[in-house]
Amino acid sequence: MSDGTTVRPIPSDLLTLNIGPAHPATHGTLRLQVQLDGETIVNSGCEIGYLHRGFEKQCETVYYQFVIPYAERLNYMGPVHNSNAWCHACEQFLAVEPPPRAQALRVITSEMGRIIDHAVCIGTNLVDLGALTNFWYMYNYREKVYDLYEELCGARMMVNYPRIGGVSLDAPDGWLEKCVKIIDEMQEAVGEVRTLIERNRIFMDRTVGAGVVTRELALSHSITGPVARAAGVAYDVRKAHPYWGYDKYTFEVPTAEGGDTYDRTIVRFHEMYESCKIIKQAIASIPGGPVMVDDHLVALPEKDKVYNTMEGLINHFKLIMHGIQPPRGELYSATEGGNGELGYYIISDGGPKPWRVRIRPPCFANYSVFPKIIQGKMVSDAIAALGSINIIAGELDR
Amino acid sequence: MIERDIMAKVQARFGAKVLATYEFRGQCAVTVAPADLRAVLCWMRDDAEIATDWLMDVGGVDYLGYPDDDDRGWRYEVVYQLRSASHGHRFRVKAAVGEADPVVPSVWDLWAVANWMEREVWDLFGVRFSGHPNLRRIMCHDQFEGHALRKDYPINKRQKLSIPAENLLCEKVEWA
Amino acid sequence: MGLENQVDGIPVIATRLDEVINWGRKYSLWPMPYGTACCAIEFMGVVSSRFDVSRFGAELVRFSPRQADLLLVMGTITQKMAPVLKQIYDQMPDPKWVVSMGACASSGGFYDNYSVVQGIDELIPVDVYVAGCPPRPENVIGAIVKIQEKISRESIRNWR
Repeated sequence: MSDGTTVRPIPSDLLTLNIGPAHPATHGTLRLQVQLDGETIVNSGCEIGYLHRGFEKQCETVYYQFVIPYAERLNYMGPVHNSNAWCHACEQFLAVEPPPRAQALRVITSEMGRIIDHAVCIGTNLVDLGALTNFWYMYNYREKVYDLYEELCGARMMVNYPRIGGVSLDAPDGWLEKCVKIIDEMQEAVGEVRTLIERNRIFMDRTVGAGVVTRELALSHSITGPVARAAGVAYDVRKAHPYWGYDKYTFEVPTAEGGDTYDRTIVRFHEMYESCKIIKQAIASIPGGPVMVDDHLVALPEKDKVYNTMEGLINHFKLIMHGIQPPRGELYSATEGGNGELGYYIISDGGPKPWRVRIRPPCFANYSVFPKIIQGKMVSDAIAALGSINIIAGELDR
Repeated sequence: MIERDIMAKVQARFGAKVLATYEFRGQCAVTVAPADLRAVLCWMRDDAEIATDWLMDVGGVDYLGYPDDDDRGWRYEVVYQLRSASHGHRFRVKAAVGEADPVVPSVWDLWAVANWMEREVWDLFGVRFSGHPNLRRIMCHDQFEGHALRKDYPINKRQKLSIPAENLLCEKVEWA
Repeated sequence: MGLENQVDGIPVIATRLDEVINWGRKYSLWPMPYGTACCAIEFMGVVSSRFDVSRFGAELVRFSPRQADLLLVMGTITQKMAPVLKQIYDQMPDPKWVVSMGACASSGGFYDNYSVVQGIDELIPVDVYVAGCPPRPENVIGAIVKIQEKISRESIRNWR
């Protein structure tokens, strides 16, 4: 110092701190152990598996069509996408193409799932940062989407809507118009919340530069979804390997360069906006016709055929009792879930139950990078970064 | 490049080292011995036409009791799902792992994401990965005995964790 | 509530101690949401504007077990998580009540496999079970009302 005295570093011990597995900021059952020097994270490590529900083993014990409810409970923030994706994987396996109307309904429900997934992700992340208001705003729209689901198939959250070969029910009268109305309102609400935080001084101070996932990290950790896109990796399964007619719709894949918490939040806002656009296009161009494929080896017959015809009754009995029986083989099918590439790798032995189902959960890869991005940061940065990566324990641990 | 061409190219390069090839619904895979796995994966990653530089997933399979399958000379397979970021194609490489000494070389130094995924395969199938820095259980708790996704593990055989939570939380996890 | 009277011009209520304490307890439950899975998302719906659990006096969500008297277990409890749940229950001060929300917490749900605890009553005592996978928010509010009814039947002599 200028007066001649020297500054000695204050000796400090490293403090080991557990965050989780039952900590409010971990949104479920993650556990993070950090070693702190003051408030700076020197070392960190993650422990997962607290919600390992044995999904993959459970799938081996049930018929293909009965995996649908299990699949829905993987990413419970936007449940319907997982079951849509499972049915898509089975259809690819069986080489069955669902009718165009069913594909459009899947696009609509899946994109709604993406919107409510991002809405709650942004909302809870902001709660962690101390901004509770946004959560109420966002959750109101989640409730409205729940209403739409309820009208469509009778359930709020775990809808169990798709079937292998199509979807279980057609949209009721007036449902599509109602969708458009709610999507319009939602677009407006998303814009409002965005204006609340986009240039908000406090929010930016907390999030810019916090938890940076660089492009190199994203590639070496196979990160997909909004986290990768915020780091400049413009990979989206909907564009790269289109399914359900996504190539017919015009939409952007929003990207950013910084890869920090702020960019991830803004990318999610853009994605919600793009999803609204896709839903509107899908509704505007929805074709008529059936919603289930006409194949008695895959689809249950209509109820009046079951009650009034012999063939219908037999087909129904065979499908329920003996299941769908795909050929021997193995197949990997990927779709774009809420957090990135959701892959199902199915191996069949020719019987009605899958021999092996392996999930490629987007969260698993996304979370594995987490200890690296919080090194040298403060605990509060780690909490902000954790919320923006959006780890869903159901999908992470399966 | 379609997957069949990739398969032909890998076969042409590695010849008899490719133990089996596989095609279903346009998706192709090759099976190699664990000793050749790293060479195959590295070559495919560095080849300009194939360039499978993304490792999307690592998973295990247990073929114990797979019907009509007597000529398969191994019990487990470790499956690597690859994708090329530049070309956009996918490919699958499988390592054939025998029952007696299930060991596969780790690829965590090539793809950082393999670290956790290999731990999961070890936890659920009991396939070891040589050269892995921290081969611990990841899904099941540390007192768990056996490997849950093996076909000979009964699905509802539950194992209680008897450590009180205070001790549990003092355990060191791996530092990244 | 009891006998109302005026003593020297001051309004006085004569009642039993149990009555007044239970009245206070049941309308100021502080829940500790122990959310592990899907049911926790539905609980967000319970506290959000549409269902608004504050109408029943239970909106002050505490994430520290030491400050809570109602443990809401929401979601699947795995063998790996079981000791943690037990410890959280032990950390809560008396009097305390437990709601097991959803099929997984109540019975293991449709996860009858190697890693899932088949109902949290293997670990801790449960007061109210809520059916559903996940239960609707109305159902959770119903459980809170059930807890309130239970509290009003209790006596302070039974708690340590």
